[in-house]
Formats: sequence, structure tokens, C-alpha cells
Amino acid sequence: MAANLSGIVIAPPTGREKAAAIYRKLRRLPLLPVFLLSLVVVAGVFAPILAPHDPEKGELRERNIPPAWSGGEKDQKLVVERMSINERTTSVTLSDALKVNPDAKIGDTIDIFTRPEGSTKFLLGTDHLGRDVLSRVIYGARISLLVSIVTLAVGGSIGVTMGLAAGWYGGVIDEFLMRLVDIKLAIPLILIALVLVITLGQSLWIIVTVLCLFIWPRFARQVRGEVLQLKHMDYVSLAKVSGASTARILFIHIFPGTINTLIVVATLQVGIVILLESTLSFLGAGVPPPTPAWGSMVSDGRDKLAGGVWWISTFPGVAIMVTVMSLNLFGDWLRDTLDPRLRQLE
Amino acid sequence: MQKYLVRRFLLAFVTLLSVSLIIFIMSRVSGDPRHIYLDDYSTQEDWDRMGEVLGLDKPYYEQYGMFLKGAVKGDFGESVREARPVVDVVLERAPATLLLGSVAFSFSILVGVPLGILSAVKRGTFMDNFGKFIALIGQSAPPFWLGIMLMFLFAVKLGMVPPYGKQDWNSIILPAVTLGWYYAAANLRLVRSAMLDVLDSEYIKLARAKGVNSRTIILKHAFRNALIPPLTFAGVTLGALVTGSLVVETVFAWPGLGRLAIEALFAFDYPLLQGVVITFTLLYVTAAFVVDVLYAYVDPRIRYA
Repeated sequence: MAANLSGIVIAPPTGREKAAAIYRKLRRLPLLPVFLLSLVVVAGVFAPILAPHDPEKGELRERNIPPAWSGGEKDQKLVVERMSINERTTSVTLSDALKVNPDAKIGDTIDIFTRPEGSTKFLLGTDHLGRDVLSRVIYGARISLLVSIVTLAVGGSIGVTMGLAAGWYGGVIDEFLMRLVDIKLAIPLILIALVLVITLGQSLWIIVTVLCLFIWPRFARQVRGEVLQLKHMDYVSLAKVSGASTARILFIHIFPGTINTLIVVATLQVGIVILLESTLSFLGAGVPPPTPAWGSMVSDGRDKLAGGVWWISTFPGVAIMVTVMSLNLFGDWLRDTLDPRLRQLE
Repeated sequence: MQKYLVRRFLLAFVTLLSVSLIIFIMSRVSGDPRHIYLDDYSTQEDWDRMGEVLGLDKPYYEQYGMFLKGAVKGDFGESVREARPVVDVVLERAPATLLLGSVAFSFSILVGVPLGILSAVKRGTFMDNFGKFIALIGQSAPPFWLGIMLMFLFAVKLGMVPPYGKQDWNSIILPAVTLGWYYAAANLRLVRSAMLDVLDSEYIKLARAKGVNSRTIILKHAFRNALIPPLTFAGVTLGALVTGSLVVETVFAWPGLGRLAIEALFAFDYPLLQGVVITFTLLYVTAAFVVDVLYAYVDPRIRYA
């Protein structure tokens, strides 16, 4: 320890203080959201390795099996030699009874599963076609990832270009682009998407197109606002004086100044894109079946709920919620870190 | 103010016009409408006569003109599925959607605004965390899934409310909560951050220094100014509630416009679908117009911008 000139010796931090300091630093980081998001990304990228079963094929004999921890339901049934259809709920034939209990005799009452027990073979159970819910949830991450990456890249680029043009040129171009934004807000895009899907058929590309139409105005508006501020900066005037082309000024000098904001907007928009994609899938206008998408899985399980089969709808919904929630939390953190001016941004 | 009103009105008009154009183009791209009206047993003569009646023999711009002329008069043609005027079907379904929308909107205000104030005033306490939790769920859970889960819990398991349809008064609770939750969350966040900003301002500090009691400060001085952001948001909310009704009405089999749109869609009933889309747009544009005008009235800074 270095001697202090004033004669005051500062005690080295104790282990507990060090731990507390580390904890204080860690607490500010969005550890949980980042962890959950990386889970989703890993699930999407390595789906074929991670998924325990084929997500698109199932055994009908293994349909509606509950999650592993579920005990199933048993009923007392009378063993009979032959039964008519209306005795199904109360009786069981001898040959079936022998499969469960080799000692069964006619006239006995034995316990029969009316709903099978969960098994470790299907951790989150199976759906109405006997497909493994866990595998489908894992594969579902692929669709969400793919759709959000493509949509962000395309829709974001369109929005940024429009925003740069509107902010830089102003006047008629600005007015026209901003009116486009207003009009977009007034159109029920989900309905338009549904019409497109019905007329042109279900495909991934229609969804991506519609989602791009949906998100570009957000980027355009944000970038336009930034450009309006940046274009009066001295360094922009200097670039102009030294003869830089408009394109060079826009993309080399102004665009980098908007990147912080763009990252924040993009993170928060991904959540919205995932929600919209799953909504379209839920309404039957998403990726064509049997490809597993989270939204269509929720829809698959919807009419099975009344029979107590809750796991088909629940797990994909949880996946959507966890992903979007992590994106929101991570986006909030990014915003506070990169660009606190955006506080009002919702 | 007058200039602003005219500008705003023109904008609403342009929006409606562009939506009608989009719908017209889509209806023509989707194929010859005669395929929907006529069946396999109709003759070439029927086909031609139908074309004349619908104006399909004229150039596209004239067809669009006819479409617009009809639309202004409230004539969107006949629904194929129901074999009666589209307007009648739409008007029959509209009240259910308006009811659901207004209950959901009230829910979002009644839950979002007080929770937002409490979260800001009692910042960092249990109340604040509870508010954050409500907001997070609302902004992250997909409404269709939230609806299904609420239905499973409160209707199937607990049997407290009817699972679907529009029967008793209590059948509106689940759809309205599902629809309103997202906006309650948004209002909560908006009011909270606006409240925090206002509470930090000089005039609140002055009021505190003068010894005004904190209830008066919160309700009279801070709250009024914190209402501006949610008011702006209300315009957006009203419009988006319309889209939300598509999903929620489908989940809860609520007999409104949203479900009508989905039904029309899967029955290939284009005239009906056009009518619904135009109605939705009209609702949104009107709501946004009213909110903007109110807003400009409340906040003079907008008028002269």
C-alpha cells in the first residue's frame, strides 16, 4: 500500500465491499434481458441440434400429452368383456385393461388414465397432432428471428433514406414524406396484410413486406428530426464548402450522428415486429403450416383450452412475451445509456 | 386556429382518399369480382350483364370514380355472403365494436393514469414496482395470447364470466381488459415520466416552499400538466384500438366489426371487406381529427407551430 503524504492511511476495501461494488455495477446492466435474448437467438440458430424431436411430424397416438411435471388424470373404470359406445366413460374392455394391469379380471374396477401422464420424452407436452411443443417453440424462434432481421434491414433502410431526404431537402419532399407517414398511421395495416395473404397466398415474403411498410415511418420520423438538427452544424457547412457531394454529406457526415438513436429505435421496433408477426400468424395469415411459428401455435391450442389442454397455447405465448419483454427492457437500458434525450419515446 | 383547422381537415380528407384508392387497387388486383357474384351455372350473357352493372367494361379511372361516388353516398355494394347492402351489415355490427372500444379506452385511462401518478409520486417503492410490472406485461404480452389466458383462467377454470360472445353485461370484462391493457401500460408510462418531469420543475418547488400541502400540489399543479402527453397519445390509441379489435373480437367471438372483417375475409366477401376497412379508417380519421383539434385548443403552442 502506498504511503499517503498526509499521513492518513486508507484501508484497502474488504472482500465484502468489493463484492458490493461489483454488485452495484452489475445491477445497472440488463443482464437478465440479455441472457434471455441470447437464449432465443441460440434457440433459433441451433434449433436442429437443440430440438429433441421433429417439430413438424408427430405421432397421433401421442397427441395432447401434458408437460412432464403433470400427473395426468385417472378414473375408476369397470372391466367388462364387451362394451357399447355409451359405456365408454365408465367401462373398459378386458383386453385394454390387461395392458394396464396384467391381473385385471372381468368385474374388477381399475384405475385408467383418462389423460396420460406427462413424460420426460416431451418436456412441454405434445399438441393436438402429437408434435413436441418444446421442439416447436425452439423452431418458432427461427421464424421470429428471420422476420425481424429482414424487416429491420429493409424497412430500416427505407426509413433512414426517406428520413435523410426529408430532413435535408425539406420543402415539398418533406411535406410529401411526412403526409405518407400520417396516412400509414391511419390505415389498418393488419387488414391489408390479411387481404394480401388471402389473394396472393400465405408466404413469408408477404409478411415481411407488410411489416416493412409498418415500421419504416418510425425510422423516417426519427432520422428526419435528427437531420434537421445536424444539418446546421459547422462541420456540415465545412463539408459543403470543401465540395463534398450531397450523398457524401448525408451518408458520411450526417448519418453516423443518428446511429445512437437508430439503435434504440431498432431495438424497440423489433419487439413490435415480433408482436405483429405473431398476430398475423395467429389470425392465419402468417408463415404457412406446418412450419412452427409462435403465433400460429397459440392459435392451434385455442379451441383445446375448454378441454383443459392448456399447454399448447401457453408455452409459445410465454416465448413471445419473454422475448418482447427482454427487448423492451434492453431497449430502455440502451436508450438511457446512449441517448437520454429519447426518454419520451414510446 | 382557422388555418390549422382547414389544414388538419384537408389532411384527414387526403388520408381517406388514399385509403379508398389502396382498397380499390387491391380489389381489382385480387381478380374479377364477377367470380364472387356469379356461380358455375351462369351463362356468358349473365357474365356480360353483370360486367355492365358493375361498370367493369369501363376504364379503371372511371371505375374508381364510380366506386368513390358510391362510397360518398354510403353505397359499397352488396355483401356476397349476406346478400344485402354492405352498409346495413356494417351498421349492425358497429355498435358492439364502439361499445368494446369505449370500455377498453376507459379502462386504459382509469387504470393507467392513477397508477402512473402513484408510480411517480411514490417513486422507487412497491407501488412503483407494481406499476412497472403491469406496464411490462401490457407492453410485452401479445393481446391474443393474453385474451386466451384470461379466458382460460376466469371463464374456464373459475367460471366467473362467460368465455365468449356478447351475452350478459359481464361478458365485456375480459375483451375490454385484453384490449385495454396495452394502452393502460402506455398511459401509465407516459403519465409517470411526465409527472416526474413536472414534479422536478421550479413552480412545483415554489409551491412546496410556500407550504402548499402535497395533495394539492399533486392534483392541482402537477397532474394537469402531466395530462398533455397522454392526451396526444389518446388520438393514436383510438385508432389502434380499432386494429386491436380485430384480434380481440376474434378471440372472444365478440360480434363487432373486427370479427366481421375476418369473417368477410375468409368468405372472400370483398365488398363487405372494403366497407369494413373504409369504416375503420373513417373512425380513426375522425377520432384523430377530434383529438388534434382538442389538443390544439388546450395547448396554444401547437396551433402556431
